[in-house]
Amino acid sequence: MNTHALIANGAAIPLAEIPHLPFAAFQEHIARACGDGHRLVCLTATPDLTGFAVLEAPEGPVLQVLRTTFPPVEFPSLTPACPQAHLFEREIAEQRGLKAIGHPWFKPVRYHQAWGSPRDPWDRQGEILPGVTNFFRVEGTQVHEVAVGPVHAGVIEPGHFRFQCSGETVFNLEIALGYQHRGIERTLQGGPHACTFKHMETAAGDTTIGHAWAHCLAMEGLLDLDVPLRANLIRAVALELERLANHTGDLGAIAGDVGFLPTLSYCGRLRGDWLNMTAVLCGSRLGRDLLRAGGVRFDVDRERAEDLMARLEATAADTANAVELMWSTASVLSRLEGTGRVIPAHAENLGLVGPAGRACGLDRDVRRSHPYGPYAETELPRVLEDLGDVAARARVRAAEIHSSVDFLRWALDVLRTLPPSPVAVEAPRLLPAEHLALGMTEGWRGEIVHLAVTDHRGRFAHYKIVDPSFHNWTGLALALRGEGISDFPLCNKSFNLSYCGFDL
Amino acid sequence: MIRPFLQPALTLLAQMALTLALAPLLPGIINKVKALFAGRVGPPVFQLYYDMAKLLRKGSVFSRSATRAFLAGPVASVAVGFTAALIVPMGSETAPLHFLGDAVVFAYLFGVARFFVVLSALDTGSAFEGMGAAREVTFAVLAEPALFLGLAALARFGGQASLGPMLTAAGRGWGTASGPLALVLAAWAIVFLVENCRIPFDDPNTHLELTMIHEVMVLDHSGPSLALVFYGSSLKLWVLGALVVKLCLPLRGAWWIDWPAFLGGMVLLAVGVGVVESVMARLKMVRVPQALIAAVVCATFGFLLLLLQA
Repeated sequence: MNTHALIANGAAIPLAEIPHLPFAAFQEHIARACGDGHRLVCLTATPDLTGFAVLEAPEGPVLQVLRTTFPPVEFPSLTPACPQAHLFEREIAEQRGLKAIGHPWFKPVRYHQAWGSPRDPWDRQGEILPGVTNFFRVEGTQVHEVAVGPVHAGVIEPGHFRFQCSGETVFNLEIALGYQHRGIERTLQGGPHACTFKHMETAAGDTTIGHAWAHCLAMEGLLDLDVPLRANLIRAVALELERLANHTGDLGAIAGDVGFLPTLSYCGRLRGDWLNMTAVLCGSRLGRDLLRAGGVRFDVDRERAEDLMARLEATAADTANAVELMWSTASVLSRLEGTGRVIPAHAENLGLVGPAGRACGLDRDVRRSHPYGPYAETELPRVLEDLGDVAARARVRAAEIHSSVDFLRWALDVLRTLPPSPVAVEAPRLLPAEHLALGMTEGWRGEIVHLAVTDHRGRFAHYKIVDPSFHNWTGLALALRGEGISDFPLCNKSFNLSYCGFDL
Repeated sequence: MIRPFLQPALTLLAQMALTLALAPLLPGIINKVKALFAGRVGPPVFQLYYDMAKLLRKGSVFSRSATRAFLAGPVASVAVGFTAALIVPMGSETAPLHFLGDAVVFAYLFGVARFFVVLSALDTGSAFEGMGAAREVTFAVLAEPALFLGLAALARFGGQASLGPMLTAAGRGWGTASGPLALVLAAWAIVFLVENCRIPFDDPNTHLELTMIHEVMVLDHSGPSLALVFYGSSLKLWVLGALVVKLCLPLRGAWWIDWPAFLGGMVLLAVGVGVVESVMARLKMVRVPQALIAAVVCATFGFLLLLLQA
């Protein structure tokens, strides 16, 4: 019997083509696949408790889709056999009001009532507030607990961090999020609505293009649209500019956290220059309203492409200098190297993605493994480090700045020479009924997954967003084990994860 | 009748007026240098005066868990800064207040201030402030011998345990004992940076509670008490800076040369701090004690060399 269907990034398949597995067989398949090198990209349950799992094979561009039905009240946890499922299972439990029996760390994810179910898996009474839970505690006379947040010293998003320390050494860090929960996925049920695209662009505000493009891929898969090459190139230019702006800003912030002012100061300005280039594309520094299903809203004519190329060269040279300054200063290196190590085996077990995963030697990059848009026509270099410390994460980002600049040179040159052509195709309003679509992009933080399931009317029965932060927050918690508590801000900055992208 | 009193009275007035008026200028100069290195205009050099004037007009918010001991920290740090400024000679050979053993009082005055600052930090019951207090005290334990052995070396060199003759002899002694004096200077430079929470040992600009040492202990202060905290730390910067500057300054015995030279030295010191902060990163927290031990070793060798030389 066939156990699964195959799906490509940006494609859709009728639900009928996905075999329905008994729940035990479904879990067994995932556990076995993860045991031999597959990766759990997404595991989710629709309101009628249909479970979907997306698995990525170690090689090849297609992904496996599995389908099952979750038991109505409680289900045996898959996490002991497949740790990558730990947060997915907690999420399913919280959204659908199910208990995951045998889950080693069964706690709420975003602290909300189950959607459309009176059951509460944790039997909580009264109002449910974020961060109200039992935290992991270390007992002993020498042990002290430090609680940071949800209100922080800087202008950043809210999240609660609970450290168990002995002196300056951290035994354990537990992270409680959910303060930014807006109910995006729940709102999407019955969609797409008029404001759905806006919600997608702000799923994680600093990853506008990444999320919008993943959403577009899912929509275009459902509608079977062929996006013009020109539009795809403009999307890729915007995505790489987003990556450049954030990587540059974060490298500056890493330098700032160790008190190294030159790189901090230069990168702060350069980040603005990168953002301004996105503004040249569409008038918004964050790339809002640039994309739409079927293409993009704004063309890049020859003149604008040349303007961007000139800006690119100037900003790229300055960025390279500012970053080089950091790598040539011994006092900076001594702070970054060996700090906040994530052991590669842990990274693999947890399914870390993006630069945080690549810093641990995990070759995960959607642009290379499941190419979409123009990434299929060009070869991006493989950027890998293996130590998994702050320095490795910073090095991966610095190297990606370099490869993004190379990519932009190529893409802008193609845009400049292509004859003018439309940059969007008309997108019909009606989605096909009972289909499943998958859109994946490599945002600057890592893999972004949008999984859409339509019902018999062609509306979203379920829409699942997986932001890279969903996987990587646990990585940050592990990076702090045995580390000095004073290095937390530095480790945090080297991941720079999204609170709202996690909380949705 | 009046003449013997005139000179000390004028020194006292000049020294106290200049210290109290100019101390908040040093952080302004440091920040200006850092801004220039970063290619920014930066805040005006008088920014700290504006900040303090603003804070003095504001109200204070006190933690419900804090008691009266909470205010002892800022008051003690200003009082100690003021008293210590009387003991250190600046543009003259002797300080307004001098007696045998004043160097010991000088060293422990800062211990008194630290005691009260730590007390007021612990008084808030905050985990951050407790952590900062633990760090401050740990580092102070190591900074104290470095300062003290340096003082012992100078007392040996100057032949008297009073800061005036000690520093005057040291300032004029670079021709004959440059080696040991350089060691003492190195030790004191580290102590100066640690005690004033400057990079590479602490980051005065960070907003991250978990990484702070001194700053985290004063997080709960606001309004006038925060103004006192700022003023107290600028006085400490000035007084410990004066110690370092005087160590290198050969006095000519004429006030119109010595005072401008001293003030110029202080400005140079602030510029130097600004340059250090602009070109290097902060040390890892676990490395700070190691740097302090290096300072202790420097001061010890300086002391031993002067002991053997005599």
